[in-house]
Amino acid sequence: MFGGIDPTLLIASLMVASVPIILAAIGELVVERAGVLNLGVEGMMIMGAVCGFIAAVETGSPVLGFVGGAAGGAALSLIFAVLTQFLLANQVATGLALTLFGLGLSSLLGQGYVGIKPPLTGVVPFGPLADIPVLGKIVFGHDWVVYLSIAVVAAAWWVLKSTRMGLILRAVGESHDAAHALGYKVRRIRMLAILFGGGMAGLGGAYISLVRVPQWTDGITSGAGWIALAIVVFAAWRPWRALVGAYLFGGITVLQLNLQAAGARIPVEYLSSAPYLITILVLVIMSSGRGKAALNAPASLGQNFHASR
Amino acid sequence: MNATGQPVPHRPELLRVDGVTKAYPGVVANSDVSFAISEGEIHALLGENGAGKSTLVKMIYGLVKPDSGRMVFRGQTYQPSEPRAARAAGVAMVFQHFSLFEALNVAENVALGMENPPPMKELASRIRAVSTEYGLPLDPSRMVGDLSAGERQRVEIIRCLLQDPKLLIMDEPTSVLTPQEVDILFRTLRQLASEGTAILYISHKLEEIRSLCDEATILRRGRVVATCTPRERSAREMAELMVGATLTPPARAGGDKGAVALEVAGLSVASPIPFGTSLKDVSFAVRRGEVLGIAGVAGNGQDELLLALSGELKSASDAVKIDGIGFGDMGPNARRRVGLVAAPEERLGHAAAPDMSLVENALLSGVVRKGLTRAGFIDWTATQDFAARIVQAFDVRTPGTHVAARALSGGNLQKFVVGRELSQSPSVIVINQPTWGVDAAAAAAIRQAILNRAAEGAAVVVISQDLDELLEIADSFAALNGGRLTKPRPVQGLTVEEIGLMMGGAHGMEVVHHGA
Repeated sequence: MFGGIDPTLLIASLMVASVPIILAAIGELVVERAGVLNLGVEGMMIMGAVCGFIAAVETGSPVLGFVGGAAGGAALSLIFAVLTQFLLANQVATGLALTLFGLGLSSLLGQGYVGIKPPLTGVVPFGPLADIPVLGKIVFGHDWVVYLSIAVVAAAWWVLKSTRMGLILRAVGESHDAAHALGYKVRRIRMLAILFGGGMAGLGGAYISLVRVPQWTDGITSGAGWIALAIVVFAAWRPWRALVGAYLFGGITVLQLNLQAAGARIPVEYLSSAPYLITILVLVIMSSGRGKAALNAPASLGQNFHASR
Repeated sequence: MNATGQPVPHRPELLRVDGVTKAYPGVVANSDVSFAISEGEIHALLGENGAGKSTLVKMIYGLVKPDSGRMVFRGQTYQPSEPRAARAAGVAMVFQHFSLFEALNVAENVALGMENPPPMKELASRIRAVSTEYGLPLDPSRMVGDLSAGERQRVEIIRCLLQDPKLLIMDEPTSVLTPQEVDILFRTLRQLASEGTAILYISHKLEEIRSLCDEATILRRGRVVATCTPRERSAREMAELMVGATLTPPARAGGDKGAVALEVAGLSVASPIPFGTSLKDVSFAVRRGEVLGIAGVAGNGQDELLLALSGELKSASDAVKIDGIGFGDMGPNARRRVGLVAAPEERLGHAAAPDMSLVENALLSGVVRKGLTRAGFIDWTATQDFAARIVQAFDVRTPGTHVAARALSGGNLQKFVVGRELSQSPSVIVINQPTWGVDAAAAAAIRQAILNRAAEGAAVVVISQDLDELLEIADSFAALNGGRLTKPRPVQGLTVEEIGLMMGGAHGMEVVHHGA
């Protein structure tokens, strides 16, 4: 039907394509569950992309590259955390500024690294398992970050649902005043959540520059951070649904690439804008029900907290 | 046996507060406050809004650190640095504005208030056990957002009881309860006291304190002005100690009522508020000169009713009629033009724009009826005059009309907001919680102003959770319960028992209530 498109390969490659978005979305999901709206995901991702790239090239180790990426994203998020949690800056404005700052700074840092190849991140050797037909390619044919991204979703789900830490985090996002009255350190909890979100976004960014592309160019994240933000809303702040959302977006991205390669008679522009259009469409449909999605949002989302008394 | 009024000798002292002082910039919240509570004693802390009761208990609960003075708890120096330390020492607190999380369930809310909560399954069964033991049934898996105000308070109380407290602090616990629920609460508190738990009970409701408490400490402007045994004093004596002046109840001019000015028929609208209550088939009529009091426990549709009457929430045209003409599908300005003014409960953010000056806030609602614009431009002189007249007529204490609304104290802003609406020569007045958080003198002034407008021929709807207030100023009485309004009845001859039943009795408690 679609010429040379192989469904097995399609699934295997959508899993890879979705990794940056999954990581960034789960980070932002945790941040928003704690009641903070950080719109700087795109900026933190690209900082992660450039820092990860530099670290990997300089050390020659892809693993240290990912560590550097996470550190870069977290460092940028620290600025956001200090501005919003201590200086009570407006979260929306600070988040947007963070994105602009990240895009600019990453371009400056990456100047000497254009055109270099990073050290390769290899596929995890599963031995004979990888030779199982169909399943082998889909499940056992990836690098370690793909498995990490799924593990992170599972961990976020479990922590939020079943642990006391998760309960406190959700409580802070639900009503910071009530949490404060009970003696929880609202600011400290939110700081940690923001740093986690920054680290995850940085990790996602590093995956783009070290595995997906793999090289450094300006603006390499090309809007993945915004998609991650949209997916958090799409997922109604639930980790597993964020995974579904990211796979949906990743799937459409991979499909349109395949369609292009297969020579489908649709202009390239339409194909490459399809993932974004469909994401917007799904968001509109999700939000039009009025209520369900809105009710699920953490009640204190985007509000600054100040212990006045 | 302390709860029945018989003296119990030699109860060991539990908590002593000695010369505690706490100052905030510009205001001394507590000045040299001393008092003591014994084990098993129900001790009242009595005072007006702003008298320093809340600051005092926050110091005992570790939320605020005193500037000077000391506290002794069970014979040892007590300086809780945070609520966790207070809880560990055996102090628990039920807050005035509930410290609950609406989107979490009962068990999760309880777990958040405990130091070392057991696993959820075990906690759920303990919640069930303790709640039935004290006659406060609760389902641990229900969402708190779906609970009534009375049930939410039960969650808070159970959360405290699971920690086996030595001292239980209750901050204005009955302001959201029906009379029947108050009875149940008091029974629980007496049971606790007889088991040796001391209770620090904060309230300004004097009759409750007389029936419940063993001792009372009365605060005024941060100082202890008297201590007494409530049973031996009259409510009036205590009120005057609390206010520091003699009080006169508002005068009410009797007289014939005029034609129906506001008629609501079969009004049903969905709530725009998350976890809100939709209005279901609400019908009533108010005549000129009549005050209709609408009671109800918070969250039973009061906010929605105000929105539907003010025009912020639209309905079918004939559902709301002003002077016989359908206005249900019209917005607030159209309704203002024909004489309906409204003052919502939330002062900051709904009735007034917090960062705008009093002049600007006067303009926002007065522009339609007072003609404050000329050819599309604001007539600032006239607006200034309008604001200044409100400030003067309603005794709003402010440095001037140029200050931002948020800079005013709650009571003063309330006087301004109510004054602004009443100064527009309205024919229909709708007010939600006219005296919420306002001190007794200011509350009396606001009530008198409402009665004066009614005497001049306005039809008034007062929505309030303060039953005493409604009985004082209303001619007829109805109650909201789950979004439905009972049939209005004349206030004369209504008993508290009947009112309680109109408000829905004790929500979900009937079985236990009769069994207990």
